[in-house]
Amino acid sequence: MLEIATKGTKNYWLWIAFLLIVIGAGTVAYLDQFFNGLMITGMSRDVSWGFYIANFTFLVGVAAGGVMVVIPYYLHDYEKFHRITILGEFLAVASLIMCLLFIIVDLGQPVRMLNVLLYPTPHSMLFYDMIVLNGYLFLNIVIGWKILEAERNQVRPPKWTKPLIYLSIPFAIGIHTVTAYLYCGLPGRGYWLTAILAPRFLASAFAAGPAFLILLCYIIRKFTRFDPGWDAMQTLSKIVCYAIIANLFFFLCEVFVVYYSGIPGHQSHLQYLLFGYHGHNALVPWMWSGFALMTVGAVLLIIPRLRRNYILLPVACAMIFFGAWIDKGMGMIAGGFVPSPLHHVTEYMPTLQEIIITLGVYATGFLVLTILYKLATKVKEEVGG
Amino acid sequence: MMEKSRRSFLKVAGIAAIGLGTAPAMNFAALDSHGTAQPVKKKNENALHAKRWGMVIYIDKVDNRIAKKISNACHVQHNVPDFTHEVDTQKFPNTRPVNPDQEIKWLWKEKFHYAFPDKEDEFLAEKFHHLPFMVLCNHCKDAPCVQACPTQATFSREDGIVLMDFHRCIGCRFCMAACPYGSRSFNFRDPRPFIAQIDPDFPVRSKGVVEKCNLCAERLAKGELPHCVEASEGALVVGDLEDPESEIREILRDNYSIRRKQSLGTEPSVYYIV
Repeated sequence: MLEIATKGTKNYWLWIAFLLIVIGAGTVAYLDQFFNGLMITGMSRDVSWGFYIANFTFLVGVAAGGVMVVIPYYLHDYEKFHRITILGEFLAVASLIMCLLFIIVDLGQPVRMLNVLLYPTPHSMLFYDMIVLNGYLFLNIVIGWKILEAERNQVRPPKWTKPLIYLSIPFAIGIHTVTAYLYCGLPGRGYWLTAILAPRFLASAFAAGPAFLILLCYIIRKFTRFDPGWDAMQTLSKIVCYAIIANLFFFLCEVFVVYYSGIPGHQSHLQYLLFGYHGHNALVPWMWSGFALMTVGAVLLIIPRLRRNYILLPVACAMIFFGAWIDKGMGMIAGGFVPSPLHHVTEYMPTLQEIIITLGVYATGFLVLTILYKLATKVKEEVGG
Repeated sequence: MMEKSRRSFLKVAGIAAIGLGTAPAMNFAALDSHGTAQPVKKKNENALHAKRWGMVIYIDKVDNRIAKKISNACHVQHNVPDFTHEVDTQKFPNTRPVNPDQEIKWLWKEKFHYAFPDKEDEFLAEKFHHLPFMVLCNHCKDAPCVQACPTQATFSREDGIVLMDFHRCIGCRFCMAACPYGSRSFNFRDPRPFIAQIDPDFPVRSKGVVEKCNLCAERLAKGELPHCVEASEGALVVGDLEDPESEIREILRDNYSIRRKQSLGTEPSVYYIV
């Protein structure tokens, strides 16, 4: 099936070349980091995780968001999602590859990475994260590939894919729950120490994932002859709408608890993010724009007339996607580290080199996504389904 | 081209075969000179033991001079890099400028409201505003860093000391997020250019691993007290917290003491006599 990806238009190859250039730049920047250490990042003793882990966390959500097409189609026989389930699964594959790459570029000693397998440690949440992330990646590759292959050959997918599909649903919930547990089980970090973190992660995941899928549907409509279906996109937009409202609601719950209880160790982080703390306020405009994007996006999706507007829908989805990226990426990670456990304030901003490495990882993910989507859309064009 | 690569392959294979062939002979030679090729693990008879090591810090006995002396003793002997140290450009050419926020420290002084942020008080006794509070790894009984480490590179020893295996650490920094006391540092870069004089008795870390105070486990094993205790002029005392007859327990019986962020339940083993 892979041979499909070797034939394409000039635009297709231009896009691939562009991605390869970005990957190349990222690789050069990464090699420098590999030889000289993480000193090239903006991270510090106080803010020991930064842009890499922020993007990792966000992309785990995008990967988990794929389940929002799997559940309606496979559990509720919602036929309209028949054409896009494969898109959800392949989006999960590309996102997970980026997640794993972000973990690797964040490691101080990447060559020792396999120590996690050599010395399995069940009391560490990273152990479970490794299991569910790799498990979910494996499931989605197998399921997506087998189902697409069956569709191409005009036969039913093998029976054994069914239990794997059902298994992938708890795995999707699992990857984001365990990723939240990485943070919310740590005693000294007031911003993360909240039982609502995993639900909040899931809510923003189920908004960001499908929102991105809608944007991808637009791109597919523009560049291929395969139509994912306007009805499917509309249903997706309702899912995005509910999920982003849940995410905003969970956040407001957090704000209430933190400010009404007034416990300083918990309040100081939100104070830093929303209003600045002891004169430090680098992230304040950033955070407010994140919430503005999510709120306006939610309003655009609530009103049926606006949601059905072909021009407005992708705008709303892009707003929600970037809003969630700010909230869960930089806000969640930097916010958890500022102020430090000793209440010192060290602010964090990624360096240019850190951003180039990050873009390199994204380009790798998009390369995988492009190839997988090329296969999926070509097969769908061939069989007309 | 083909011929050449085959020849070079054979050359490499030949050298490798010679290497394999000499291995038994070398083992035999080693056997001959030392009696056995197997290393023997032996405990030093003078080693200091405890069921659970702990430390007491007399706040009144530490002033800025002693605080500096203590930190220096610890950092110099443990090859902790000092980013203010002027780099020898002959030995380390092309050393890039430092980011002071990426510093490494094991034992250092803090103001009271940073060492004890949950005990901040509007009407705190005046002297506490000025006293240096020495902070270090608390060697917690239930250490969150040990729980978080995915490779057991950080582990609790039977005697309560939380130790690190610098060669197993993958540098994920999960332990740094987990530590509620900010006691851990990460080697964002190679520390060597910033060590004035390398102490051969302690390993120098490589870039990309986390490190922290080890309560001088390497000295206790030789029957010596930690560097900080020796430098402290009586302000720091270590001993066995589980032994009711120990000096440290006697001090804790007679004095009011506080620990950092006690409410988190990590059971720190460092006590401050105020």
